[in-house]
Amino acid sequence: MKSHDVLIQAGMPERYYWRDLWRNRELLYILAVRDISVRYKQTALGASWSLIRPLATMLVMAFVFSEVAKLRPDPGVPYPLMVLAGITIWTFFSNAFTQISSSITTNANLVTKVYFPRLLMPLSAVAVSLVDFCIALFLFVIIAFWYRFMPDWHILVMPAFVALALLAAFAFGLFFAVVNVKFRDIAQLIPFLVQVGFYACPIAYSSAQVAGKWYEKYYIMNPLVGIIDGFRWSLLGGKTHFNPQSLVYSVGITLVCLSLSVVFFRQRESSFVDDI
Amino acid sequence: MSVITVENISKQYIIDHQRRKTPNSLRDTISGTVKGWFGPKTPALANTQEEFWALRDVNFSVEQGDRVGIVGHNGAGKSTLLKILSKIIEPSSGSVRIRGRVASLLEVGTGFHPELTGRENIFLNGSLLGMRRDEIRQSFDEIVAFAGVEKFLDTPVKRYSSGMYVRLGFAISAHLNPEIMIVDEVLAVGDADFQKKSLGKMRDNSASGRTILFVSHNLTAVQALCNRTLYFEKGQLIEQGETNLVVASYLSKVSRTQLKREWATPAEAPGNDLVRVQRMELLPDYPDGTTHIDVRTPMRVQFAFWNLMERANLNLSLHLYSLTGECIFNVGSESTTYHQGVVQGECVIPGYFLNDGTYTISVMIVKDTVTPLFNMEEGLTFDVEDYREGVAWYGKWPGYVRPQFPFRVQALEPIIGLR
Repeated sequence: MKSHDVLIQAGMPERYYWRDLWRNRELLYILAVRDISVRYKQTALGASWSLIRPLATMLVMAFVFSEVAKLRPDPGVPYPLMVLAGITIWTFFSNAFTQISSSITTNANLVTKVYFPRLLMPLSAVAVSLVDFCIALFLFVIIAFWYRFMPDWHILVMPAFVALALLAAFAFGLFFAVVNVKFRDIAQLIPFLVQVGFYACPIAYSSAQVAGKWYEKYYIMNPLVGIIDGFRWSLLGGKTHFNPQSLVYSVGITLVCLSLSVVFFRQRESSFVDDI
Repeated sequence: MSVITVENISKQYIIDHQRRKTPNSLRDTISGTVKGWFGPKTPALANTQEEFWALRDVNFSVEQGDRVGIVGHNGAGKSTLLKILSKIIEPSSGSVRIRGRVASLLEVGTGFHPELTGRENIFLNGSLLGMRRDEIRQSFDEIVAFAGVEKFLDTPVKRYSSGMYVRLGFAISAHLNPEIMIVDEVLAVGDADFQKKSLGKMRDNSASGRTILFVSHNLTAVQALCNRTLYFEKGQLIEQGETNLVVASYLSKVSRTQLKREWATPAEAPGNDLVRVQRMELLPDYPDGTTHIDVRTPMRVQFAFWNLMERANLNLSLHLYSLTGECIFNVGSESTTYHQGVVQGECVIPGYFLNDGTYTISVMIVKDTVTPLFNMEEGLTFDVEDYREGVAWYGKWPGYVRPQFPFRVQALEPIIGLR
């Protein structure tokens, strides 16, 4: 019983916040399941949308960039596979980022009516993108098989890049989630950021195109560059271009932004109910 | 042992009274900030803010097993208090200590997702209210039976009738097993039958030593359920103690009502060159032991006016309107000839006639039974409180009138040998 004692005090951050968060892990699971099962309700194609979208994007990209724009893939890698690998991790990141950013506002009805650590909302929001990612990865395996492309030991480090993409999504998403509570401008800004990001990151092209150019040192400051290149590198048997220096930026920027975002989130959390 | 100790709790809001330029979008905030850096400081910004205390210096404690009612007008701070106790809102100052597992029921069916089925929503809502999954599974059948939605378990709740939706929502919360239960206005929804069932369930809960905090506008329900009551007004705890005493004093204090209006001279009185209103008054004939108007109370409406005409054939016409503006009835007096001077009329509204609610009286002065000379609109406003005995049901009594017509029911013949 003792453990249920609560002391509410003005201005005092919740002492047992992280304990509460852990205690509510079941709720986290249920919220995640809710988002996943609601996702394709009343659609005729259902979960196959998770396959159709990356596949269609890949086909268009592969055609436009290899046939029309005549971009070269890295040697030894089929162009469509390179694009698909990029799309897979980028879609994962951008979906997670978008869902985290809107996680508080889409759950506004809960914010005003029931207490639980609010971090549960962004945490549960990424579930959908994780599921989509697994489906897309499955698609990648099939296409790779079609191209008779076998991954090697590099694939073992792939989960690390996925985790890094997830952390990056939190690092930027949490910040926007908080701002979004008060300023719905964020809802307009996010799709735009995602669209710009698609071209600013090496998705449809190889970052080898950038290597050696004067702007490379600025280009690799984009934390997503290291993540995407790393993911592609691990998935395609180390045959694609990967500048390890970009990974340093990725890890550094992600960790700094993540800790700032979490602190910011915790600070503003109690005012969500007043601002929403 | 006190399970809830509230010490000096206050909650303050800053209301922006800035006209037109409320920084609701990012652009306004950015441009406001940038202007602040460069341009001259606009002094208008500071003094248009107003403090508003939703709660101010509230102190009380609740013993284990207490069933505490919380009453007060809209905006008195009741819901703010419940939200602070539920950790949804952070207080501006003060502290609260709570011992035991709390379940807050601020809404029926919190977090229900319209696309999810009844079954899925039971788990979703249950865990939002703090139940573990095995607890939900344990009482699952009971919840379904209580709500009576067996057939629709696998139907999305968006296809539920509003009654089913509410029943399911309440059924889940009724099967929570916390030590402290915080309930806000849940009886305001649902049909009569279900309200009765819910209140019964809550009373069963409290019998097992559970502490309950209960906000309701329905004083009869508060009286039926709660042994102690807190009375809030404008964010302050005005009175606390035994329910019947607090409710009685609440009722006597809350007269929003305007029972009497009087003007000293015709010059300042409403009216025209022909007639001017002198006095309008509602006189309740309180039965013994009551201090406020309830459905039993007979009333007299007195209306006096200056007749400024030499000689006129006049009559009065009284309209009584509900809060929503519907006319409940219209009574006219006989038309008689009056000379210049003060004329007074009195209309009797018997007890057991008006249902509980807020009513407005208008009186019209009519000449020659056809020409309205002056209509005293919204002259008086008064509340009729609910009163019932021998009824175990606390829903809103339907209708505008509450007559006690003779209604005899008798057994005619026993059923023998059917079949």
